[in-house]
This record gives sequence, structure tokens and C-alpha cells, in this order.
Amino acid sequence: MATHTATHKLRRVFVWELPVRFYHWLNALVIVALCATGYLIGNPPAFLSNAEASDQYLFGWIRFIHFVAAYLFFFNFLFRLYWGFVGNKYADWKNFIPTNRKFWQEMWEVIKIDIFLQKDKEHLSVGHNALAGFIYFLTFLAFLVQCITGFGLYASMSDWWFADMFVWVSGIFGGEFGLRNWHHAAMWFFIIFAMVHVYLVFYHDYVEGRGEISSMGGGWKFIEDEAFEKEKQRQNVEKTTHPRHRQLPYGGRRCWCAFCAAP
Amino acid sequence: MTTTPTRRPTYYEEIRQKGYSRRDFMKFCSIIGAYMGLEATGVAQVANALQKNTRVPVIWLHFQECTCCSESFIRSSHPIVADILLDKISLDYTETLMAASGHQAEAAKAKTMKDYHGEYILCVEGSVPTKDDGVYCCIGGKSAIQVLEEAAEGAKAIIAWGSCACNGCVQAAHPNPTTATPIHKLVSGKPIIKVPGCPPIGEVMAGVIIHMITFGRLPELDRVGRPKAFYSKRVHDTCYRRPFYDAGLFVETFDDENAQKGYCLYKVGCKGPMTYNACGVTKWNNGTSYPIQSGHGCFGCSEENFWDNGPIYRQMANFPGFGIESNADEIGMVAAGATAVGIAAHAIATNFRKNKLISNVIAEGKDAEKEL
Ligand code: HEM
Ligand code: HEM
Ligand code: SF4
Ligand code: SF4
Repeated sequence: MATHTATHKLRRVFVWELPVRFYHWLNALVIVALCATGYLIGNPPAFLSNAEASDQYLFGWIRFIHFVAAYLFFFNFLFRLYWGFVGNKYADWKNFIPTNRKFWQEMWEVIKIDIFLQKDKEHLSVGHNALAGFIYFLTFLAFLVQCITGFGLYASMSDWWFADMFVWVSGIFGGEFGLRNWHHAAMWFFIIFAMVHVYLVFYHDYVEGRGEISSMGGGWKFIEDEAFEKEKQRQNVEKTTHPRHRQLPYGGRRCWCAFCAAP
Repeated sequence: MTTTPTRRPTYYEEIRQKGYSRRDFMKFCSIIGAYMGLEATGVAQVANALQKNTRVPVIWLHFQECTCCSESFIRSSHPIVADILLDKISLDYTETLMAASGHQAEAAKAKTMKDYHGEYILCVEGSVPTKDDGVYCCIGGKSAIQVLEEAAEGAKAIIAWGSCACNGCVQAAHPNPTTATPIHKLVSGKPIIKVPGCPPIGEVMAGVIIHMITFGRLPELDRVGRPKAFYSKRVHDTCYRRPFYDAGLFVETFDDENAQKGYCLYKVGCKGPMTYNACGVTKWNNGTSYPIQSGHGCFGCSEENFWDNGPIYRQMANFPGFGIESNADEIGMVAAGATAVGIAAHAIATNFRKNKLISNVIAEGKDAEKEL
């Protein structure tokens, strides 16, 4: 008979707002589409047919899907960057960029606990943990690279001024040969990211049992009472030890750092 | 042979002297105007310029090259091109075609450089080796670098003929033993027109020169420095096999049925999608054919470093630093496989290392179920 040692009281916390969830699933969908069509563009299947070429547009459609998905991907990405400035505290851009020692410390802790699997330890965060946040930051950089290289290739196929803004790109990648190569190779980053990402989401759901997977569906996570209180305390401490609440060397009260929204 | 600065015949006069009729001349103007993409009025401008202007002195230097550019030029579709623009009379100096040789030739070149300082067009065919003080290419006792610097100094403009002069071509391919260097990296402060290709199309070469004569200035250049009139279109976008590409019908091997049917050559390595040139429009040898029409994919010969851009008969380039035969997909698949193994190992280890946590969560859930 199963008996448990610790009973958790859970508090529901709304972490992912609808726009973040919408962004997430659109993003996941178009990335899968981009990887699939991109792979086919690089390695077209042997497709034998007796039909006249004029009756077919198979490869044309594959490329068309790639370009439509590419536009969605790009504007969705821009939207997420915007939301990093206006969204809730778990969507805020500060979750992604290490701006203080605490961030690095937490990252190290997560690496020890979740990657190197410290025995029976868990790291209970509310939004992204620091490591995840930082990896999403790297992922966003990859998004940027892929958009720049992609639109760099697209510039020669499009008459729209927007795509034409990217004609300079092939110059820095050693011409279109090199550009294509990098764009293609970067696909593997996305594939490997997606594998690890989906695995880790399942990992957290399984080990912590607090609705990690469904959080991207409904938006909420179920946080243990203790973890909730700890997080509350942490946020308070952060508030009171933040530079703007300390005496600044020049006696000023305003915060001079670029990383907080001090008045 | 040598020219005097006093009275040079106009192009038209030379053309007539050569025995061409006015009709031939006008035909030539329309053909070349069409290649240059001019409107009808532009053709009149060309005719006008050739009748009025005296010949622009041209010095044509040959360095590390195979002379395919000159060969291509003299096979340009209209004989006037070869007769007038590239002729022993027209060129003040060119190693391969001039009648003079030795000191006499060098003296003629020196005279042109002096008499027409700031006026002559310098055409350069070939790359310049810079390693070991340039000993790998010496002409008349001077290294190619010296020859180039001297001639460039008084040039009005420089035309870099062919991929050698534009990007080093095969001599500059890895490991580039002589440090073959394209012209634009050696000369600064002079307008340089790049006319890449291995070789460039004869009509394109003629068109570039006629443009300079007609309008007295450089043609409009793209970002890389190539004349837009000829290098603004992708071979892929002007390819007559394009419908097969869009349909997804590809040649798989050169001797399959698809090759007979004339399907797209993408999968056997056609570089048309990355290559900017006029091949699909102007074609070669009097518009007879061009590589893709003959069943071979585009080589990408007018693009930078096309020799080092991976295998000729495959689409994907090799990836630097991972051995000769590995491309991004092979490396990616290995990496993805390793990731999958890592994930599986991590998942198994998780069940041992976090056993307490996991079983507690499961038990907590089960107990709750029983309680109800
Ligand atoms: C997750 C993002 C993306 C992935 C994984 C991806 C992947 C790929 C791959 C693998 C190729 C084939 C390259 C080759 O020929 O070997 C490709 C081609 C291409 N991609 Fe993307 N891509 C992405 C985003 C974009 C974006 C944002 C654009 C912007 C318009 C774009 C535009 C293109 C273009 C123009 C081509 C060349 C298609 C052709 O040859 O006709 N891609 N992509
Ligand atoms: C079964 C599929 C997936 C599930 C269940 C899932 C779930 C989640 C969850 C729960 C988070 C929040 C993680 C955290 O706590 O830090 C998240 C974030 C994220 N996921 Fe996924 N994901 C899936 C597939 C994908 C795919 C395929 C991609 C793209 C390759 C992707 C890209 C992202 C990104 C970029 C974030 C950061 C979100 C943000 O902007 O804040 N996800 N995902
Ligand atoms: S043969 Fe080459 S240039 Fe022509 S459509 Fe196919 S890939 Fe493009
Ligand atoms: S088809 Fe390609 S490789 Fe062939 S001559 Fe034209 S640009 Fe060069």
C-alpha cells in the first residue's frame, strides 16, 4: 500500500498569460513546420510521377509553407519580445538575461539538481528557473540568427521591401552558399532544443507533480505552500536589497542600473 | 601599332575601315543594346557614342589565369566585338593578342600609360599571387603586383575580368599555395568593376565596355561590385527547368530517365539557386546553349569562392572542421542521436536518483484517490 511521507498543500499561481501561451504554441507549430519543410528543401525526396510538370507544384508548396511559416515565426517572435516588456513578471525579459549574481547562482543550483541529479533534491521555481530562462535567451538568439539568414536568402526571391532590407546578409556569410549552409545547419539547433525542451518539461512534471506540462495550456502552476512562501520572501528580499534601496555612493536615491524599472 | 595622342579614329571609323557596312554597325548596336537591357533610345545612344567617340585606350593585363576570359570575349556573338573591342589595333597592350613582343611591347604599354594617364581603362584577367614577394607570376622582370600597381595608378577605371580577378577562382582555392589575391584587395582608390564568371559571358564583357564608352561612366553595380544589368538575376530564376523544380521533379543521377526528360538538376548539385549570372538569358556561344541546357548543373562560377563551396554534385556543402565528407545533416543527425541517448540515460537515472521524490508524489496522489 502506498503511503506518502509529505503532503503538499498547493497554491494555484497564474504564470503564463494567454498571449504567452498563444505565442508558445504558434511558435512550436511553426518551428516544426519550418524544420520539416526546410529539411525537404535541402534534401528533396525522389518523387516520381508521370504527370506533367505544369500540373504539379509540390516543391513550390513546400517552399510556400516554409515562407508563410517563416513570416508567422518572425512576427510571433517580435511579439514575444514586446511582451517581455509589458507582460507579467514571469514573462518579463529579466527572466532571460543574467543580470546579477543571484541569477548565476540559481543556474548553478539547477544544473546540480536537475542536470546532475543531486539525490532527492528538487529546485522548485514558480516561473522559469534561471537555467531555463537563460537557455530561452540563447534560443531567442538562435531565432534571430535564423530570421536574419532566412530573410537574407529570401531577399533574392521577394519583391517586398521588408525582405529586401536583408540583402546585406549574404555578404557577411560569404555569399549565398555560406548563408544557406548556416541557415541549414542552424536547423539542428532547433531540433535538438525541442527534444531536450520537451523532455525537461516532462521531467519536471514527473518529478515535481505540479502541472508543468499543463501550465502551457491553462496558464497556471500549482505551487507548494512552502515554495510559495519562500518565493514571496525571495521577492521581498530582492526588493529591499536592490541597489535603489541602498545608499548609493553619490548619495542619490534613484537607481542607475539598466536592469530595473525603478521610478 | 603604337598610338599617337593626336588623332585617334572613332569606333565607327574603325568599324568601317574593317569593311563593315553601316547596316552591320546598326545591327551590332541593337544587339548589344538588347543585351545591356537598354530601350530603343538607348540603342541610338550607343550608336551615337560609337560614331563620335575616339577609341578609349585599353590596357589588358594577364596574370594567373587560363585566358578563358579572352577566349570567351572573342567568341562573343557579333564579330564586331572581337574585331574592334578586342583587336590588336584596339588594345594598346595585351600579352596574348598583341603583335609586338618583348621590349617593344613593354615600351608601347609605358607610352600608353604616360600619354593617356588618367584616361585608359585597365582590364585585368587573372589573380595576383602575393606570397614570397609575388615570385609566382612575373612578367618582363617584374612581379604581377608591381605590374598591377604601375598600371592601376593612371587608370580611369579597372575592369576585373573573370572570377580569377574578382575572387581568385581556382588558384585561390584552399590551400591557396601562392596566396592568389583578387584585384579589389590590392588596388584602392580606383573604380573597379567585377565581371566574374569562369569565364564571363562574351556578350556581358562587351556590354560592360560598350556601357563605359556610351555613357562615359561605370555601369550600375550590385553590392558585390558586379554590373547589375547582367548579374542581378539568379540563374535559378531565369532557368527554363524551373517548372520541374517547382513541381518537385528532379534528376536523381545523370543517366536516369529524369535526366532524359530534362528535369531540374537541383539534386545533382545545381548551384543555380545561389548564383547570379546572365546564363539563362544570354546563354553562350551565340546563344546556342548554356550548362543547364546541356544537362549539367550550374557550377556557381560567378560566385565568390565557388571552388571551396562544397561538392559539385551534391546540394549541401561540407561543414568546415568536420572532415571532407560530412555535411551539416550528417553532423546534426549524430548530435540528435547523442542527445536522444543522453535523454534516455537521464530519464533512467532520474528514476533512481529522485526515487524518493517521485514515489512520494505518486503515493500522495494514490492515497488521495483512496481517501475519496
Ligand atoms: C526555425 C526556423 C527555421 C528553420 C529550422 C529553417 C530551416 C531551413 C532549411 C533546413 C532550409 C534548407 C536549406 C538548404 O537548402 O539546405 C531552409 C531554406 C530556406 N529558408 Fe528557412 N528555416 C527557418 C526559418 C526561416 C525564416 C524565418 C525565413 C525567412 C524568410 C526562412 C527562409 C528560407 C529560405 C528563403 C530558404 C531557401 C529556400 C529555397 O531554396 O528556395 N527560413 N530553411
Ligand atoms: C509537447 C510539447 C511542448 C510542451 C508541453 C511545452 C511546454 C512548455 C512549458 C511548460 C514551458 C515553460 C517552461 C518553463 O517553466 O520554463 C515552455 C516554454 C517554452 N517552450 Fe515549450 N513546450 C513544448 C514544445 C515546444 C516546442 C516544440 C518549442 C519550440 C521549438 C518550444 C519552445 C518554447 C519556448 C521558446 C519557451 C519559452 C517560453 C517563453 O517565451 O517564456 N516548446 N514550453
Ligand atoms: S536546374 Fe538548377 S537553376 Fe534550373 S531550376 Fe533546377 S536548380 Fe534551379
Ligand atoms: S550556369 Fe552557372 S556555372 Fe555555368 S557558366 Fe553560368 S553561372 Fe557559371
